[in-house]
Amino acid sequence: MTDPAAFVTSAPAGDDVPGGPTPTGRERSRSLGADAWREMRRNPIFWIAIALLAVFVSMSIVPGVWAPKDPLICDLALARGLPGPEALFGYDAQGCDVWTRTVHGARSSILVGVLTTAFTLVLGSVVGIIAGFFGGWLDAVLSRLADVFFAIPLLLGGIIVLYTFREPNQPYAVVIFNVVFAISILGWPTIARLMRSSVLQVKANDYVQAARALGASPLRIIISHILPNALAPVIVVSTINLGAYIALEATLSFLGIGLQPPAISWGLAISDASGLNLIRSVPHMLLFPSLFLSLTVLSFILLGEAVRDALDPKLR
Amino acid sequence: MVSFIVRRLLQMVPVLLGTTLLIYLMVFALPGEPWEGRCGERACSPAYIAKFKEEYNLNSPVPVQYLLYLGKVLQGDLGVNFYNRPVTEELLQRWPTTATLALMALAFEIVIGITAGVLAGIRKGKFIDNLVTVATLVLISIPVFVIGSLGQLVFGIKLPELTEQLFGVRWGFPVTAVRSKTITPELVWSLVLPAIVLASLQIAYVARLTRTSLVENLRSDYVRTAKAKGLANSRIVGVHTLRNSLVPVITQIGIDLGSLMGGAVVTERIFNIDGIGFFLFRSITQQDGVSVVGAVVCLTLVYLLMNLIVDVLYGFLDPRISHD
Repeated sequence: MTDPAAFVTSAPAGDDVPGGPTPTGRERSRSLGADAWREMRRNPIFWIAIALLAVFVSMSIVPGVWAPKDPLICDLALARGLPGPEALFGYDAQGCDVWTRTVHGARSSILVGVLTTAFTLVLGSVVGIIAGFFGGWLDAVLSRLADVFFAIPLLLGGIIVLYTFREPNQPYAVVIFNVVFAISILGWPTIARLMRSSVLQVKANDYVQAARALGASPLRIIISHILPNALAPVIVVSTINLGAYIALEATLSFLGIGLQPPAISWGLAISDASGLNLIRSVPHMLLFPSLFLSLTVLSFILLGEAVRDALDPKLR
Repeated sequence: MVSFIVRRLLQMVPVLLGTTLLIYLMVFALPGEPWEGRCGERACSPAYIAKFKEEYNLNSPVPVQYLLYLGKVLQGDLGVNFYNRPVTEELLQRWPTTATLALMALAFEIVIGITAGVLAGIRKGKFIDNLVTVATLVLISIPVFVIGSLGQLVFGIKLPELTEQLFGVRWGFPVTAVRSKTITPELVWSLVLPAIVLASLQIAYVARLTRTSLVENLRSDYVRTAKAKGLANSRIVGVHTLRNSLVPVITQIGIDLGSLMGGAVVTERIFNIDGIGFFLFRSITQQDGVSVVGAVVCLTLVYLLMNLIVDVLYGFLDPRISHD
């Protein structure tokens, strides 16, 4: 789900790409995707990121395998218990098992991150391609529209949107959707701007002129020539943003405006743990969700940097 | 130059209108009642709703409503909050605290960020470079509210305990901020830790940006010329390269002042600082819509204004940038 390598490899052949750094014998020229994949395979950071993400993604899909206990069953008698063989991460102030709650918290974060990235990627790319490819008044209107959304700081905008759509006792799916919507509606201009400039760069290439001269329709030019060649920077930024969106979701939940209890999320767990008395007496309540959250964000950033290095060695 | 500034100001107008319209529509025009929560747990009485509608012109068509609201905002009227106090007054009262916090954060950003970036840049590939790269990566990965809570734990609680054991004196940073309507030395001292926390992400970005920019410039021809002339390394870096390298960094720093004020919501909540961010946080928990909108509009305007100022200053800093 979060493996952009598969996505990149499937991209059709791009323009002339310099061969890999170690040409073994006479090889046929590889596609951009295959080349990037070769580059990435040899990058240890890529594998570290993938390994970490595999752990967190599997936690979000099948939390029961990692933590068989029920996260909603808590025993006040055990409250503030220290980490031990019974509970790997100890117990929180309500007597809930911190390990179980932390594992189950992965789902909200990963879900919000992946869905938001997907939405911003689709919306931003469509707007960026239309603005960049067709230009003229369409470009002017779309760019100004993007400016307006871009002008609102992400955190403040998120607060306003979520404030508007907040109602007590919403089901889990609705709350998740609200958070995804709030971040997406403010996050798409970044992708749109990037895509637009990327499209403008690709559009000037000879093969696009050639396709046009051969009578290809705009849709065909976009799908088979522009998109595959303009996608690389957008994928890189989206991967890094995925981490940032997860951090933002946690921040909004921390402020009490993102996910609401009884939903389980790292942001909520850290918010619960961050009272001064609790920091003093139950620091493990704060440390473990923080660690998981930071590692998830870190692995997406590392993955994004690995993908960037593979796709565009110039940027290194 | 003048025409550039005028054009830039004019470009700002649609963005300002668009942003305020967006925020306004979300809170006042979308389904859901803006007066919800104003009457406690009970539903609002029809009389109160009528009064509220009257006050915020909710009976007029939406475009008229918005223009009337905008007119009020321009006159500095952001409505009244739960306690029947003008939101503008509440914000003005907290303004100095948040501005102090943001400026202190900015100072840390400049000092720590640029120093780290320069050290890494001139020793590219060496230990210090790798250290800065890894440290900034870690800082970027840890959300600010986590850094804040951990900072409280480590520097506010564990450090005094440790120094007491070792030296017999409790030494550490205040865990919560001093409440003060004026800027006092106590307030500033209690804001040191929050300011570092608030700036942490920006410190990382500035360090990385400085490093990249410095490394790039150290490869340029004029540096080679300076070296060939036999200039001392400190002069080459300090006088020739740094000045050119800092142009993008200064732009970034200028934009950051705006985002630091927005980011203060989180820091002020953690450290219990009575600033605009805390006011916004409290209004969210109390479901005080008018205050939420007021604070967000105010912070967004500050953010936009900062970007505008930086844009204009950018031309003075780097004459290569064309204004035509």
